[in-house]
Amino acid sequence: MNTMIGNDTLVSLGVGQRGVVTALATEGIGRRRMLDLGFIPGTIVESVRRSPAGDPTAYFIRGVMIALRSEESSKIFVNPV
Amino acid sequence: MGLTYQSSGKGALREDYLNYNVKGDYVIALAGNPNTGKSTVFNALTGLKQHTGNWPGKTVVQALGNYKHGQKQITLVDLPGTYSLLANSPEEQVARDFICFAEPDATVVVVDATCLERNLNLVLQVLEITHKTIVCLNLMDEARRKKIRIDVPALANQLGVPVIPTAARNGEGLTLLKDTINSVAADKTELTPMRLIYDASLEVAIRELAEELDPLLPPQINRRWIALRLIDGDYTVIDGIRKFLEKKMVKEVFAS
Ligand SMILES: Nc1nc2c(ncn2[C@@H]2O[C@H](COP(=O)(O)OP(=O)(O)OP(=O)(O)O)[C@@H](O)[C@H]2O)c(=O)[nH]1
Ligand SMILES: [Mg+2]
Repeated sequence: MNTMIGNDTLVSLGVGQRGVVTALATEGIGRRRMLDLGFIPGTIVESVRRSPAGDPTAYFIRGVMIALRSEESSKIFVNPV
Repeated sequence: MGLTYQSSGKGALREDYLNYNVKGDYVIALAGNPNTGKSTVFNALTGLKQHTGNWPGKTVVQALGNYKHGQKQITLVDLPGTYSLLANSPEEQVARDFICFAEPDATVVVVDATCLERNLNLVLQVLEITHKTIVCLNLMDEARRKKIRIDVPALANQLGVPVIPTAARNGEGLTLLKDTINSVAADKTELTPMRLIYDASLEVAIRELAEELDPLLPPQINRRWIALRLIDGDYTVIDGIRKFLEKKMVKEVFAS
């Protein structure tokens, strides 16, 4: 697995595209929440649907669908796969 | 009144947390991720004997029910569905405070057998608070349909607590679940819960803090877990302790 941390975040994944989480820039209690939702380095995430307004976006991760605002998804680094 | 904590009997705080006069032999908590079938298990076990309201001071719905099994009268508490006990939403605080401070005789974590990995996060968090835990491996019918096979004995062995496969919607596995609840509540099941070990420096800090906390806390409260929360900078746990201790102290002052 490529574990280099690049500049791509979840925001840069197009709908239908998948990526592997490499790092989280989220801090404090928000970081805890992201980890609890399953955004752990090494996890595969798929961008599934973007709301008409462009935000939030639904991601498929570890068996469930989770919607994130770009405020949160822009802090989750991924390598597209 | 000294500075140390004096215990005034088991489960004295349950009523404070439940707004409900608990009768019967055991109080059992039902925890789990959202949508794993907690309410289905709850309804299957309790039938229509339910009492609903809100958690004290919170707009989070509380459901309590009773059932009888093996000569024991049991009160079941349906906790809100959460992915975590640590991120401090009102739902998570309710679930966490109940498991930590209200001393349920056992906590059943209902998990989704079709996405087990995600669900194990909460299982480990519960195990960190209480060893009297049972994993209800629900949606086994769905898992079978999706050709997901789970090595249940290996899972139970690794977690060190009972794992009971169920399909709550068709009643599968519920008798064994009830038997296991009674056995764990009566301390008749050997439990060797998996323990998370942190970095050496963190372990030292946990031990030192837990030692200092020791005389301040009621005997049944898990010192290691409280220490971990404080190191994490989670001060909401102090609110829980304060609520717990002050209520107890007031009771003791009036009693003496
Ligand atoms: N196939 C199948 N479906 C189930 C089973 N248990 C529950 N369900 C279904 O799963 C859905 C969710 O069940 P609930 O009991 O509401 O789940 P919950 O954990 O209480 O959900 P929240 O309270 O929202 O977190 C319902 O449609 C149930 O009928 C099961 O064992 N097998
Ligand atoms: Mg429910």
